[in-house]
Order: sequence, then C-alpha cells, then structure tokens
Amino acid sequence: MASPSLPRWQRLTPWLPPLALLILWQVLAQTGFISVRILPSPASVAQAAWELTLSGELPYHVLVSTQRALLGFAIGGGAGLLLGLATGSFRQLETLLDTSLQMLRNIPPLALIPLVILWFGIDEGAKLFIVSIGVFFPLYLNTFHGIRSVDPGLIEMAKSYGLSRWALYREVILPGALSSILVGVRFSLGLMWVLLIVAETISANAGIGYMTMNAREFLRTDVVLVGILVYALLGKLADLIARALERFWLRWHPAYQS
Amino acid sequence: MHNHPIETAAVAAPQLSDSGIALRLQTIAKHYGQRQVLHDINLEIKPGEFVAIVGRSGCGKSTLLRLVAGLEAYQAGAILYDGVAEDRRHDTRIMFQDSRLLPWKRVIDNVLLGLGPDAFPLAQSVLNEVGLADRAHDWPARLSGGQRQRVALARALAHQPRLLLLDEPLGALDALTRIEMHTLIERLWREHGFTALLVTHDVTEAVALADRIVLIDEGCITLNLPVPLPRPRERGKEFAALEEHVLRQVLKQNHYPQPLELTADPLWPPAGQVRWAI
Ligand SMILES: Nc1ncnc2c1ncn2[C@@H]1O[C@H](COP(=O)(O)OP(=O)(O)OP(=O)(O)O)[C@@H](O)[C@H]1O
Ligand SMILES: [Mg+2]
Repeated sequence: MASPSLPRWQRLTPWLPPLALLILWQVLAQTGFISVRILPSPASVAQAAWELTLSGELPYHVLVSTQRALLGFAIGGGAGLLLGLATGSFRQLETLLDTSLQMLRNIPPLALIPLVILWFGIDEGAKLFIVSIGVFFPLYLNTFHGIRSVDPGLIEMAKSYGLSRWALYREVILPGALSSILVGVRFSLGLMWVLLIVAETISANAGIGYMTMNAREFLRTDVVLVGILVYALLGKLADLIARALERFWLRWHPAYQS
Repeated sequence: MHNHPIETAAVAAPQLSDSGIALRLQTIAKHYGQRQVLHDINLEIKPGEFVAIVGRSGCGKSTLLRLVAGLEAYQAGAILYDGVAEDRRHDTRIMFQDSRLLPWKRVIDNVLLGLGPDAFPLAQSVLNEVGLADRAHDWPARLSGGQRQRVALARALAHQPRLLLLDEPLGALDALTRIEMHTLIERLWREHGFTALLVTHDVTEAVALADRIVLIDEGCITLNLPVPLPRPRERGKEFAALEEHVLRQVLKQNHYPQPLELTADPLWPPAGQVRWAI
C-alpha cells in the first residue's frame, strides 16, 4: 500500500509509463511511422473527443450507456443480493435453489447472445438481459458466501444477549457479510461494462458501442479510440466508487484504517 | 484501575441488580451422540456466591457453563434459577474466552448491544467502571486483548445480570494483565452482587477469586471445596497450600514436580510460579 509520507515525485511514478507511451505514440504518428488510418495521434484523438463533446454526441451516448449499465446492474445485482441473502439465511432455500444456480453459473452470459437476440430482438431488453445475468452471479455467490461465513461465535453471543431475529440480522449477520458482498459488487461493476460493450457492439442505435461501430464504418479510427478510452474511464470510475464504498462501510476493519 | 473512586466508596456504587441468583443443578446429564460429557452433576450455588469450576481440558467445563447459559439442551436433570426451571434466563450473561466484540461496532455500541438507546448513560458508567471510558468511540480492532476483555465485561454488566458466567475469560491474557483483571472482576462482583460462575484452567485464579472451587473429572464433580481465605486475598502460605491441594486433585497424583518447596516464604512466589496452568 502506498504510504502517504512518500515524496511527491514518487507518488507520480506510476504515471510515468503511460505518459512515456503517450509521447512515443505522438512522435510515431507525427513522423508518419504509423499510418493515421491505423492509429491516429493522441492529439487528433483529443481533438475528436472535444468535437464530439461540443456537438453533444458523446455526452448523449455516454448517458445512454450509463443508464443501461446502471439499470442492468440494479436488476441483476439486486436479484443476486436478495437471492444470496435468502439462500444464505435459509437452509431449505439453499437445498432447493443452490444446485440449479451453480449449474447456470457455468454458462458464460455472452454464450446467450444468439438466444437473447431471438427472444428480445435487438431491443433494449437484450442488452439489459445480458448485463443483468452477468452481474447476478458475482453478487449472488459473494452474498451467499458472506452470510455463511459470519463467525458463529458472534451469532451465538448476540442470541445470548437477547437480540431478536431481525436485530440479529441487522446488527450481526449483514455487517458480517458486508465485506464479502462488496467484493461481489466490485466484480459485478467490472463485468457490467465488459458485457455492455459487447452487447452494444452487436446491436444498438445509441450508446458508446453504437458510436464506435458507426465510426468504424466511416473509418473514423479517432472516434473508435475515443469510445475505447471512455469505456476505460467509466470502468475506472465504477471501481473508484466501489472502493469508496468499501472504505466507508468497512472503516471498522483494520485493513481500511489508515 | 486501582485508584478508581468507586473502589474506596463501594456503597455509593449504583446497585445494578438487587442480588444474585440462587442456582441449583440437579442430576444433570449431557451427551453428544454416543459421548457422555456430563453425568449426574449436582451443584447448589447461593445468591451472590462466586464459584470456580476447574478440571482438565475436555472434561466438560464449558459444556456445563453453556447448559446454565441456556445455549445448549441437556438430556436429563434440571437447572433451577431461584428455584424455577427455565430455558433461558434473561438476567444471565456469559463472557467468553475470546471477547466476541462486534468489530463493526464502536466500543460504546458494543456495550449497548441488546439495550435501547436510553441505556447510553448506563453503558458509559460501566465502561468507566472497567476503566475504558476514554475508548468509548474506538473500534475494537484498536484495543489490546486485555482491553477487549474489559469491554466484554462491561457489555455483560450493562445488562445488570444476576448471574454472570465466565468461560476462561482471561485465558488469552498475560500473567500481569490477569492479576489486574482479577482485582477488577472481584471488585465488580462485590459491588454488583451478582452470582458468578467462572470456568478456568488456572488454579491460582480459582483460589484468588472463588468462594468455592468445584472440580469436574470424567463428567462428575469430584471436589467441592470452600475457600475460607479472607478478601482481598494475599498469596500467603494458606493460599499456596490450597492451591497445591486443588492441583493435586486435578492431576490425580501424589508425585508431581514440587515447585512449592522452593518458596520458603511464598508471600509472592517468583515469577515462574505466578500461576499454575493445568
Ligand atoms: N458440539 C459438540 N459436539 C460434540 N462433542 C462436543 C461438542 N462440544 C463439546 N464436545 C465434547 O465434549 C467434551 C467437553 O467439552 P468442553 O468444551 O466442555 O470441555 P472443556 O472442559 O471446556 O475443555 P477446555 O478446558 O479445553 O476448554 C469434549 O470431549 C468435547 O469433544
Ligand atoms: Mg472450555
């Protein structure tokens, strides 16, 4: 872990390789060593991004993609969380459902694409379905595991201190499962973008995936690169949010205390 | 801890419970599957009495305590609290070897567990009694092992128990912290007046704290010995003789290493003999 006492220049070290790469890229593009068709210079990518932003095109597509991602995450992740809580808390539900879910888990969500297109056409539904299915399992599995691995000694203690069922759940079981649940959230957020990219590339009439596929037809490599970079930034942003949640909710945990 | 105002003015301490529970175990038997752990346990404990249970590892001490706490069912016999048989007494609290503090709750909220928010002043006062008022808003992970056990003790006391069950609460602490904790537990027991049932591996601890020492061997009570020493107890000749007697019974042997002879004047035995672990 980086200690805050590091001198400023040392905290900048991780940024040196990408910076060097960027400079190299610019030089190679400018000297004509690589064709702008294959890889336009960073400056022209920045230019494209700026123009797309001004025209309102980029914000529009980002908004559409973000909405899809979050809606899919809410549906799939919410279902995974609830089902994980249920099977984790009730043995009967576990015996009823867990085997089936473990079986379904082994199907990669992207393998469902042909079926999904048959079911939903190329509508919004198709993309939401793919994202939801994908984020469902990390949250389900980690929630289930989190609930099951709460220290039984703590549960026994809480019972003997007169906690009611609901209080036991709220004060002991949920907080005890939280660190595992948050691992699931981080996994899901990573998967969320990957799945959305693929789903949007296959069929869409708005969104970042649509923007890049459209640009490909017009050989606008710079716009394609803008789309890729935006995906990277959004992914990083999701991860930062997940980490911030962890730092807040797990602030009692020695690993998160500065 | 030692210069705490309450220590000198015990009368002024808040009388949290009117008095201890009278406890009576009648021909208790307990087995797990085929394994008979306890059989024919008969024990009577007077209100406010401090009883220590000693015995070899695996003899069923913790099991007995868990039966009394209502955490486990038994197959035969009866446990009477103030003469009444009940599944689980609301005025009984148990303290474990590991503190079992909830790591995601601050110290004060751990003490408040199972109590309403209006118990806040009470929680603060028991934290004060164990000398940790200034750590009320720390996370448990930030405390030392001894401090965690003191919080666990405060948490138990906040419920104003009439029967306090202690399952080797000091087992994981160093010798010095143990001696401090003995003073603390004895003082709180005297102030609050609860009945105390302490399971321990440490014969010295039993002799230092208990009114009576009960030895469990092969599922039965094989020794039920009053400790007539006046309190606060000093580690003098009588103390050492009692300790030796109990230890002999525990080990069921007449030949054992004889460190006692080495201490000509065992007012305070040398460091190596401060405690006798079984
Ligand atoms: N849940 C359980 N299932 C089966 N056997 C158990 C269970 N709990 C305890 N036992 C058995 O009961 C016996 C007594 O256990 P107990 O924990 O009461 O011992 P103890 O006297 O507290 O030992 P120690 O001093 O090591 O803590 C042991 O033989 C143990 O294996
Ligand atoms: Mg034990």
